[in-house]
Amino acid sequence: MDTVLTSAADPAEPAAGSPGSPGNTGSPGSTVTIGPGRPFAIIGERINPTGRKAFQRRLRDGDLSSIEADVADQVAGGAMLLDVNMGAPLADEAALMTRAVRLIQGLTDLPLVLDSSIPEVLDAGLAAYQGKALVNSVTAEDDRLEVILPLVKRHGAAVIGLPNDEDEIPDDPARRVELARKIIHVATERYHIDACDILIDPLAMPVGADTGHPRRTLDTIAAIRQELGVNMTLGASNVSFGMPGRPAIGAAFLPAAMSHGLTSAIMDARSPDLVRAVKAADLVLNHDEWGAAWIAAHRARQAREQQAASP
Amino acid sequence: MRSEELLAELYDKTLTGNGPAVLDLTRQGLDQGIGPETLLYDALIPSLEEVGARFERGDFFVPEMLIAGKAMAGALDVLRPLLAETGAATIGTIVMGTVKGDVHDIGKNLVNIMFEGAGFQVIDLGVQVSPEKFIDAIKTHKPDIVGFSAFLTTTMPMFKANINALAKSGLRDRVIVMVGGAPVTQEYADAVGADGYAADASAAVARARELLNQRKAMASA
Repeated sequence: MDTVLTSAADPAEPAAGSPGSPGNTGSPGSTVTIGPGRPFAIIGERINPTGRKAFQRRLRDGDLSSIEADVADQVAGGAMLLDVNMGAPLADEAALMTRAVRLIQGLTDLPLVLDSSIPEVLDAGLAAYQGKALVNSVTAEDDRLEVILPLVKRHGAAVIGLPNDEDEIPDDPARRVELARKIIHVATERYHIDACDILIDPLAMPVGADTGHPRRTLDTIAAIRQELGVNMTLGASNVSFGMPGRPAIGAAFLPAAMSHGLTSAIMDARSPDLVRAVKAADLVLNHDEWGAAWIAAHRARQAREQQAASP
Repeated sequence: MRSEELLAELYDKTLTGNGPAVLDLTRQGLDQGIGPETLLYDALIPSLEEVGARFERGDFFVPEMLIAGKAMAGALDVLRPLLAETGAATIGTIVMGTVKGDVHDIGKNLVNIMFEGAGFQVIDLGVQVSPEKFIDAIKTHKPDIVGFSAFLTTTMPMFKANINALAKSGLRDRVIVMVGGAPVTQEYADAVGADGYAADASAAVARARELLNQRKAMASA
């Protein structure tokens, strides 16, 4: 049923049957193709207890009831995939992941991004998942690669690679590219995972902590695009952490990142400011032929407004 | 400038994170014969406390906290040797670090700044700090408090591992254990057997003071 397929990094339309050809797994309507030249893939970040105390408490009690609203809000907002993180303190994360995957797949056809750094949790989520999931994430640390990549391969999933190692989150874009290269090398050579099933996270850090951070992320995106040619995704909300006016910061950052080669982001899909910035950038960057998606979104909004106006 | 004026100015410039002005005023104050303790306790520390309070209320943002802390740190570099001479004791010593497996340090650095500002001596072990490294630092520096920071639910269990290591090396009762980080809760801190938790940097300092006072009261009882 639900499937995520990350396309090859080739910006041109991939030939049918090539590793990157869209839609070669999964059923129509449930496949999302991530790739350069395609509409930016919006991954909804909301199903995550970090910073949500009430959700943490519910998860600890095994109560998943509020997920339904999170799914609905993000789907309505424009999410194309949904990130699922069940990492609440003192909760049985693996059991929650299994239940959450089944629950969410009963609510929506959108592909899921299984988000945990605990291999058992990823394994449980992948086992419950129908289709091809995206695993979030593996770092460049040897012991992480050794445990998580076999899971990805066994379940036929795709994976997000974070270019940090045991010592640091490198500031230097060149070092990030080097670690990304290592992840891709190990994944493809040792575990025979297709390069088109690897996304690299170029690491978005808070602009509030250092106003040089976004520039380094943009440079990393450009270098990965040019030197490694793989797809990328990042946690966009990180950028505006600790600052006022967060949506406007995201709405400036994401189009810049897209123009440097970012193909996807884990972001607040409920924010109209952010989603419209992304859709407008798709149009401007020629990822939306004839502006069809942009115009369709306009009509949908008009219809909603008219409906709201007439009781 | 009269002393009161200078102290008020120093307070204002610290609040707005004007590093060069803070350094100038600190030197000027010393030249005028204002004691280093007065500069610290009547201007710098109250100012940084106000920064923390504004941050807690959502009136100040991360960069403002960082730049105020940096301005304060510049003044402290000048004052520290003088404070040592006059025998003004630090409030306490804290060994800080992000736990093993975790490389997040923004929150920890903010906490460090607030502790320094409040008059603590801060020994920062950085990120990815193993239990062994914490033990070594505690043996070397004999801190009043050790602070464990974790940003990930997956690295939070290192709190317990660190506390176990402390117990094993017979240090557990000699040091106050504080824990914090985005996913950490009071309940979790209690569950792993930490002595203290706070939700943000300025609350952490207030909690540390409480814990120190409790310990002193217990020692003198």
